[in-house]
Amino acid sequence: MPETFEPTIVAFFCNWCTYIAADLAGTSRTKYAPNTRVIRVMCSGRVDPQFVLGAFARGADGVLIGGCHPGDCHYQQGNYNALRRFELLRRMLRDMGIEEERVRLEWISAAEGHKVQAVCNEMTEQVRALGPLRLVTPPRVEADGDVGTPEPAAELAGRVTS
Amino acid sequence: MTKPKVAFYWCASCGGCEEAVIDLAEVVLDVVEAVDIVFWPVALDFKISDVEALADGELAASFVNGAIRTSEQREMVELLRRKSGAVVAFGACAWLGGIPGLANLSSRESILDYVYHEVPSMQDGNGVRPQEETDVPEGRLRLPHFDEDVRTLDQVIDVDYYLPGCPPPPSLIAQAVTALVEGKLPEKGSVLAPDVALCAECPRAGTKPEDLKVERFHRPYEIVADPETCLLAQGLVCLGPATRSGCDAVCIAANMPCTGCMGPTSRVLDHGAKALSAIASLMQTQEQEEIAALAEQLVDPVGTFYRYSLPASLLHRHVAPDGARAEVEADGATPVGASTRGGGGS
Repeated sequence: MPETFEPTIVAFFCNWCTYIAADLAGTSRTKYAPNTRVIRVMCSGRVDPQFVLGAFARGADGVLIGGCHPGDCHYQQGNYNALRRFELLRRMLRDMGIEEERVRLEWISAAEGHKVQAVCNEMTEQVRALGPLRLVTPPRVEADGDVGTPEPAAELAGRVTS
Repeated sequence: MTKPKVAFYWCASCGGCEEAVIDLAEVVLDVVEAVDIVFWPVALDFKISDVEALADGELAASFVNGAIRTSEQREMVELLRRKSGAVVAFGACAWLGGIPGLANLSSRESILDYVYHEVPSMQDGNGVRPQEETDVPEGRLRLPHFDEDVRTLDQVIDVDYYLPGCPPPPSLIAQAVTALVEGKLPEKGSVLAPDVALCAECPRAGTKPEDLKVERFHRPYEIVADPETCLLAQGLVCLGPATRSGCDAVCIAANMPCTGCMGPTSRVLDHGAKALSAIASLMQTQEQEEIAALAEQLVDPVGTFYRYSLPASLLHRHVAPDGARAEVEADGATPVGASTRGGGGS
């Protein structure tokens, strides 16, 4: 399986730095692993832990958060809040059986297109080595009483997007 | 005029929810006056056949407490669903999974292993584990199936209303029964409680600092908490900012931090994640090592933030409890989770 498995990594990138860095990587024709699905947020501090868990529940194998370097936050404190939440979330995910490599917080400034490349490539390889997350989501009950059997979230997500 | 018929039932719960009905005290007489209780196994002698004999939808409401873990519980709530106009998930376990839901950190196999083979009070015996079917001279005996995971009531049947709390406060129970009798129930899917955070009704709200910061977290036994001051400001992990109100802050009045039994407000998808977010943001320091050290002070983050809501959470359960790891390894993938959870060895 590790040969053929392509991980899905959801990346929340800050509008003011990491997203621009990803843009820079693009305009510079820098190639990096296509496994990252970038979602632009106004600040890494906007990344609610619910977003991270929601990404996992909908089939992500890894979640990457990109924010401005300490001291550089457009909103002064947002990246520090991101760091606080991230450290506690990572601590909790460990107890839920989710490996540390599946969640990552990186400070990437607008000028660091190469760092976007390096981080995305490295994380893709790490998560690929870990394999799929294999989360089993609870069933949904319809109003008519039909109960679906629990199914791997990845399959569920695949069906929704196809 | 015939009185509306209601049923009470319990699943994976401790009995505290049943106690809460009794705690209505003299108000329970008004309830009995207003409704006809036709099924309440914990208190009154009715049989399943009494429920089966009812017409579909004949029960005005069923109040079901407890999470769902066995085939018997599933069969009973499916029966009550058919017979009821409204099903009310009564208490934290039925709504969110509750304390029994923390069993989702362990696999079914490791739980059975521990309980029947490894628990210290178990004598070295013949390794017998109860079977679902046993043949004896008198015939075949059957036990319910013990499911792989704990589920919330609405992961098993369609649920109309939710009464939060561990157990639900008598005032909310009385309001819900009154609303039912008067036919003034809100929109389907509503949680029958105020939809604001506990801090809004906390008697200590005035002492919550404008810019609340925590230098270290304490566990309740480590300090003598000041009985007037905001517990968060004293470094206790109080889930008031992320938990629904409606409990009259009884724990705070007893000088104990909120543990989150009233569940989230309607704007929150995942109670534990939101509680974690609220607590993490209070950390004073900006340094990564210090933040990581503060995070380590919370010895059991899952049990702290998901104490009542693990089965209802986005992740639902441990990603690879002990039993599931064998399956993962058999598939040739890298084993998930380096450390073992739960009582059983791997």
